[in-house]
Amino acid sequence: MTYIAKPKLHHPTLATNKLGFTRRDYEGPVSTLCAGCGHDSISAAIIQAAFNLDIEPHRVAKLSGIGCSSKTPTYFLGQSHGFNTVHGRMPSVLTGANLANRDLIYMGVSGDGDSASIGLGQFAHAMRRGVNMVYIVMNNGVYGLTKGQFSATADKGSKSKKGAINNDSPVDLVSLALQLGATFVARSFSGDKAQLVPLIEAALAHQGAAFIDVISPCVAFNNHAGSTKSYDYVREHNEAVNRIDFMPYREEITTEYEPGSVQEVVQHDGSVLRLRKLHAEYDPNNRIGAMNYLQEHQAKGEVVTGLLFVDPEPEDLHAYSNTVPVPLNTLGANELCPKSAALEKINASLR
Amino acid sequence: MKPTDIGRPEYFHKVVDCQLACPAHTPVPEYIRLIAAGRYSDAYMVNWHSNVFPGVLGRTCDRPCEPACRRGRVEDGESKEPVAICRLKRVAADYKDDVSARMPKPAEKKNGKRIACVGAGPASLTVARDLAPLGYEVTVFDGEKKAGGFIRSQIPKFRLPEEVIDEETGYILNLGVDFRSGVRVESLKGLLAEGYDAVFVGSGAPRGRDLDIPGRKEAAKNIHIGIDWLSSVSFGHIDKIGRRVIVLGGGNTAMDCCRSSRRLGGEDVKVIVRSGFDEMKASPWEKEDAIHEGIPILNYLVPKEFRHENGKLVGMLFEKVKAVYDDRGRRSLVPAGEPDQYFECDDVLVAVGQENSFPWIERDIGLEFDKWGMPVVSESTMQSSIPKVFFGGDAAFGPKNIIWAVAHGHEAAVSIDRFCSGEDVAVRPPPNVNLMSQKMGIHEWSYDNAVSNDIRFKVPLKDISISLKNIKVEVELGFDPQLAFKEAQRCLNCDVQTVFAAGQCIECDACVDICPMDCITFTANGEEDDLRKRLNAPALNLSQDLYVSTELKTGRVMVKDEDVCLHCGLCAERCPTGAWDMQKFLLTTTKAGPGCRDRHANHAAPSRQAA
Repeated sequence: MTYIAKPKLHHPTLATNKLGFTRRDYEGPVSTLCAGCGHDSISAAIIQAAFNLDIEPHRVAKLSGIGCSSKTPTYFLGQSHGFNTVHGRMPSVLTGANLANRDLIYMGVSGDGDSASIGLGQFAHAMRRGVNMVYIVMNNGVYGLTKGQFSATADKGSKSKKGAINNDSPVDLVSLALQLGATFVARSFSGDKAQLVPLIEAALAHQGAAFIDVISPCVAFNNHAGSTKSYDYVREHNEAVNRIDFMPYREEITTEYEPGSVQEVVQHDGSVLRLRKLHAEYDPNNRIGAMNYLQEHQAKGEVVTGLLFVDPEPEDLHAYSNTVPVPLNTLGANELCPKSAALEKINASLR
Repeated sequence: MKPTDIGRPEYFHKVVDCQLACPAHTPVPEYIRLIAAGRYSDAYMVNWHSNVFPGVLGRTCDRPCEPACRRGRVEDGESKEPVAICRLKRVAADYKDDVSARMPKPAEKKNGKRIACVGAGPASLTVARDLAPLGYEVTVFDGEKKAGGFIRSQIPKFRLPEEVIDEETGYILNLGVDFRSGVRVESLKGLLAEGYDAVFVGSGAPRGRDLDIPGRKEAAKNIHIGIDWLSSVSFGHIDKIGRRVIVLGGGNTAMDCCRSSRRLGGEDVKVIVRSGFDEMKASPWEKEDAIHEGIPILNYLVPKEFRHENGKLVGMLFEKVKAVYDDRGRRSLVPAGEPDQYFECDDVLVAVGQENSFPWIERDIGLEFDKWGMPVVSESTMQSSIPKVFFGGDAAFGPKNIIWAVAHGHEAAVSIDRFCSGEDVAVRPPPNVNLMSQKMGIHEWSYDNAVSNDIRFKVPLKDISISLKNIKVEVELGFDPQLAFKEAQRCLNCDVQTVFAAGQCIECDACVDICPMDCITFTANGEEDDLRKRLNAPALNLSQDLYVSTELKTGRVMVKDEDVCLHCGLCAERCPTGAWDMQKFLLTTTKAGPGCRDRHANHAAPSRQAA
């Protein structure tokens, strides 16, 4: 780890956003993760996305579980709310927080151990309930904190640093998220911020369960030849289905594109996802198509990245539960205890 | 762009802005670190080897290093102030131990070559210091009793105490130099006839420019030429001045004149300049010091007439002008159309510039002069049109300052050494360069890489009520060790270079993410203009280079904008493969001696084959 604080000085031309913040204002303390950890790049991407979207830090709650990935919320958005939960229990705590205060922007940060092993059930239920959140998995295929044992997302046949081969089938969180009803599903790579930052921006604007699987090489234990989650392997096998430009509101298209090569998705909040197709036949509005495409290409050893599925009109837990539009934690005694007259009325309706 | 060749000393030298800007190329960050470590004697010696007069320069240097300091480009908000490099140098001089034992010894064996230096100012003394320990018999001539030249005669004692001059000229005269005090050289022809192997002319620019306007002759008794007046004050010939004093001129000499006047009875002292306040030649800090002592500076006033009554000066008349700029941005001063302004005064000091003067050089001995009456001198070798005659300091190219004189002296000494060894003086020796990793352990460096957020510390001053009463009381108290440490910590260690090994890079972006200044970008290569626009932060300062790597695995290159790098080493700390390393670049200019010659020494013939 680095012992000195990151200097406060910044580039003379560093921009400020609508709130008057610089990108640096969205940072946290210096990372204690290993040098070169992909997770730090993801933290930087989150910082960049929050800056770009003019997000007020106090409106964000960042929750995480246990693991290298789950340490990262300390290192970004230093002025936001944070909660380190028990191992694998981030989704439940986040669900509770979201129910109590629907006005915050929820960011769940987890890893492949935290979400695909101990927290697999938690992950599944948060997705199927449509909790309005951005669920980011920093996926490196190993347990870094315990020195590099295979995690549940390690590919079959992948080689450990010591030379052992993984015989177990991997849990593919992207396929699970698609299957369980997540309304925004993407995969990206920590080494490709040009792809990752707009994906995080789009996910933050998405009003439903948004899941991003970010392959994030573990430089200490999983960045060798034979690993399928190394920088080199991912770069060689990366098949991006599209490039996304996120726009908070619709702007005229000024660049010329080949006919049919650009697809726009307008989200419920008015934000626009402009997708530049890299695979002409790929349709990110088709959940079943996405699942099939993913299976086919993964079987060929490709790492499919990009915005894989989005439902522009998502519903979430609050819609399903028919809750009031204001945060539950703002309701006073009068609203929560509507007195005997109201009770009479309810009783009468049941007679 | 082509990959940067960091093997060229010029590349990293340019990154050390202060050292590059220093005419003598003093390794500034190196001695500032020593000051922070409390190693004042070591810091002093680093300076001494490079600039010869650390105690003098630490009080009086024109400090070209400071405007160049990176700190002035990277600080937040309004402040943006350089490190107080000059005053830190003084700290080394003030707090060092006795360093006499660390000085070179007089040569035990003379080499039989005789060198004459004309004038005992900083240029000549530098030549003497560089050559005497090598065995040269150096004779220094000066019309004054003590060595120092303008250092002694022109700089008021409240800025530079006499003891400091004595100490630092003493180190040189103790090297076995033959100092002929009180001997003014009246003829170069005569000097050359004495059979010296080389002659160095460091006689300065000793003539103050006069102002030929009505009343000058009639009121001459109370009109003084600035530099002559200052030296009379220095040598104690003058100890008072009238109550109302006008100082004409906007350079540093004018500032010394007005501040000296304040201490010799001048109560109503004002500086009056032709140009605007901002265009004055005086250093900003010298103007500040004058204003601090209650001296107003009036600008855009052109002297028109000295008024006198019965042969006594009573005042001066000025014409008000304004600056007008033509299409090319050239300035001219035109009458403002306002009534002339009249100021009463008892004395006037004329400090409107100084000139060279070589009445003692015969024009028929083959020494070429240009149309301005200046000797023709090579800027790199300091050699004149007579091969054995070399020039330096103000005598070479007109009035500059002490640090330039020292730089000239070093170059001239190299030339003389090569000349006397029968080698071509036009061939200049390359500098000594050392590039060494500062890594001591994981995230441990042998320099303090944390960046201080302090703004520049002010040097404490003597109470003005005391300092204005006595011209010998030094105004600046200098930093104490605590303040010096804090100020030293503001130095960014720009000599500790970010060295990139493309072969080890795995393009993980860790350096990009951590860099506080957004200096580093991984991108497709391109032409410089194009690259400068495409970086994570635009590289707008064209005077600073881009560091470009060879092509990486993904086909991209690493591009680092050197402009605002803090040298904090975080890129190297966060690099998992050691592709970044922090390496100290130490450049020392080659001085006279075996290192500057092609054949190092007669007896050191290669003998490996014979063995």
